[in-house]
Amino acid sequence: MSTLSDPPKGSFRLSMLLNDTRYRSMTLQVIAAIILVSALGYLYSNLATNLREAGLNISFGFLGSSAGYDINQTLIDYNSQSTNLRAAFVGILNTLLVAFMACITATILGVFAGVLRLSNNWLVRKLMSFYVEIFRNIPVLIWIIIIFTIMTAVMPGPREFRGDEPTASMFMDLFAFTNRGVYTPAPYFTRGFGGGEGSALNWLLALAVLVASFFGARFMTKRANVVQEATGIRPNTLWTNLAIWLLPITVFCLILGLAWDIPVLKGFNFGGGIKIGGPLIALWLALSVYTGAFIAENVRAGIQAVSQGQTEAAAALGIRPRRVMSLVVLPQALRVIIPPLISQYLNITKNSSLAIVVGYADITATLGGITLNQTGRAIECVLLLMLFYLVISLTISTAMNVYNSSMKLKER
Amino acid sequence: MKKSIILGALTIAGLSAGAAAAGTLDDVKARGTLNCGVSTGLAGFSAPDANGEWMGFDVAVCRAVAAAVLGDATAVEFVPTTGKTRFTALSSGEIDMLSRNTTWTFSRDTDLKFDFAGVNYYDGQGFLAPKALGVSSAKDLDGATVCIQTGTTTELNLADFFRANNISYEPVPIETNAEAIQQYLAGACDVYTTDASGLASSRATFETPGDHVLLPEIISKEPLGPLVRHGDNDWADIVRWTLNALIAAEELGVSSTNVSEMAASTNNPEVARLLGAEGDLGAMIGLDAEWAKRAIEAQGNYGEVFAKNIGEETPIGLARGLNAQWTDGGLLYAPPFR
Repeated sequence: MSTLSDPPKGSFRLSMLLNDTRYRSMTLQVIAAIILVSALGYLYSNLATNLREAGLNISFGFLGSSAGYDINQTLIDYNSQSTNLRAAFVGILNTLLVAFMACITATILGVFAGVLRLSNNWLVRKLMSFYVEIFRNIPVLIWIIIIFTIMTAVMPGPREFRGDEPTASMFMDLFAFTNRGVYTPAPYFTRGFGGGEGSALNWLLALAVLVASFFGARFMTKRANVVQEATGIRPNTLWTNLAIWLLPITVFCLILGLAWDIPVLKGFNFGGGIKIGGPLIALWLALSVYTGAFIAENVRAGIQAVSQGQTEAAAALGIRPRRVMSLVVLPQALRVIIPPLISQYLNITKNSSLAIVVGYADITATLGGITLNQTGRAIECVLLLMLFYLVISLTISTAMNVYNSSMKLKER
Repeated sequence: MKKSIILGALTIAGLSAGAAAAGTLDDVKARGTLNCGVSTGLAGFSAPDANGEWMGFDVAVCRAVAAAVLGDATAVEFVPTTGKTRFTALSSGEIDMLSRNTTWTFSRDTDLKFDFAGVNYYDGQGFLAPKALGVSSAKDLDGATVCIQTGTTTELNLADFFRANNISYEPVPIETNAEAIQQYLAGACDVYTTDASGLASSRATFETPGDHVLLPEIISKEPLGPLVRHGDNDWADIVRWTLNALIAAEELGVSSTNVSEMAASTNNPEVARLLGAEGDLGAMIGLDAEWAKRAIEAQGNYGEVFAKNIGEETPIGLARGLNAQWTDGGLLYAPPFR
């Protein structure tokens, strides 16, 4: 047995920065950092000099001036006299809306296609690999254009709903599918708080009721778990949970007088109801089916990463195949699926910037398109766009990483 | 050794950055071609023909400038630009001049740091609607869906018009003229709005142009003209006076067919000055004496260019209207060549 003693502490010499492994990596990193900073500094000063020579300056004052243009889909109040900043917010909300919708449908599609790709049924398996290969290998831009073109070409125009013998008619007299979008009935409250029929307060209250139902149902499920642990018999929670979900919101709607605003043909277009614009539908569908194909592959990879022994062991315990998938395989597969899923969500958000090809007013179309053009502030607008996408991507990534660590194998 | 390469590269980068600012005229001469920004395809104004050759009303301005500066009307590199990319292309120096039915506005002239060299087409924004719609005035368009080409002044005019008349509409912003036309024909929008000349030009390409009407309202002033970067006044002078030369040539009766003859044997002093037989106007803008003669020879005078590309004999079928010479009741008025 030999004893290790500290090496003699010699005085520090400058040459040790390069020759001593303890310092060398530090030295190299400092040098790399200096080079990086000076390169960035050079680029910035180059930009500043060239802008000055061209007589341009960087100023964000244009954000406060009136935008002057109209937007076809606005989730918040907006008119052509609103500021450019507000137009940018309208765009941000539209981006988030389509990204959120597409993330959800892409996940559902992807999980189904991924699981079915491993099905024992030859036809189902082949159909799913057909879906994945077709949608994954054609650029999303083409998909957006194809879906939008088909919609505008195949669906009837609002004009065809008019006249005594219209060539098109509304579905159940409630929904109108036109080449400009889908019109659906809109709910509103006739005896709502806050005076106006569309007051946001009513919707917040409705949301509060639903959240309360959610917690109520969760409490019931937890209690059922406790009972099951103690007695081995699980009480049937289906009816109580259904009642907890449905009763409060029904009563709430009856008190406030829920009514439906049904779309009717007015002038050139349908009026009333909610319009889901053609561009939104095209973009949403295209992003969903395209990214869904990628997610399907992630899901398949995740499932195949779970050892076959797990399935066999579960089957040996007499668990039915569907429950093997949902209780044994998928929870373990999630650990493999989630990290690449994060990238797919980021891709959806970033690909939504292709919106302009179908005239969807996302942030790239408002701030990075019309505002940029009308004010000529290209550098400022692009900087803001970069900042927005960076913040959104990092937020999604953080949220998913938190979820990922909650799904991780817990080591004790 | 490595260090000197990096320093050398930096020096060259610095020098070339400096050279770009020196003078567009010198750059164009050194390059031997003129980089001219045009549209991505608008029949009659700037579009490639069956042989891939760029033709049109705006293209003729580029060719005239190239003929005046380089002595060769074909020495033009055409750079197709969209409504969105055109200004960046010009201010970054990718193109020397922009001749792409661009509206002369205050903010473009001042805030965006460009100089408009004049007006080659006085236009206004109009509406194109299918006859079947049964609309006779733009004021009946309450609630209509309107296709617009994004990145143009038309978006702002449209918002102003509907606000002023207190009627509502739904805009469908579209990137290029071709896509907008496709949407309009598919019925995704009720009307299409852009400059009236552009509407006439697009309608000419329809299968059944007769099924579509231009509504009578012209809701804006759209003086279209070529523009250059602000700050290079010598180059701006050349483009401005080349355009003026084409306009003056029509007024003075100089055409592509008689220009050589007129140069040799005119007794009108203004024609003689214009064509370089008298005085030294060319030297004042850094060109030779025959610059204007070559510019006129290239594509003809303003009237010839108009008639050949967008006039009433062409499928576009535009009347001269505001674009007639001042002597005929129009707005074209070239300052004197003196």
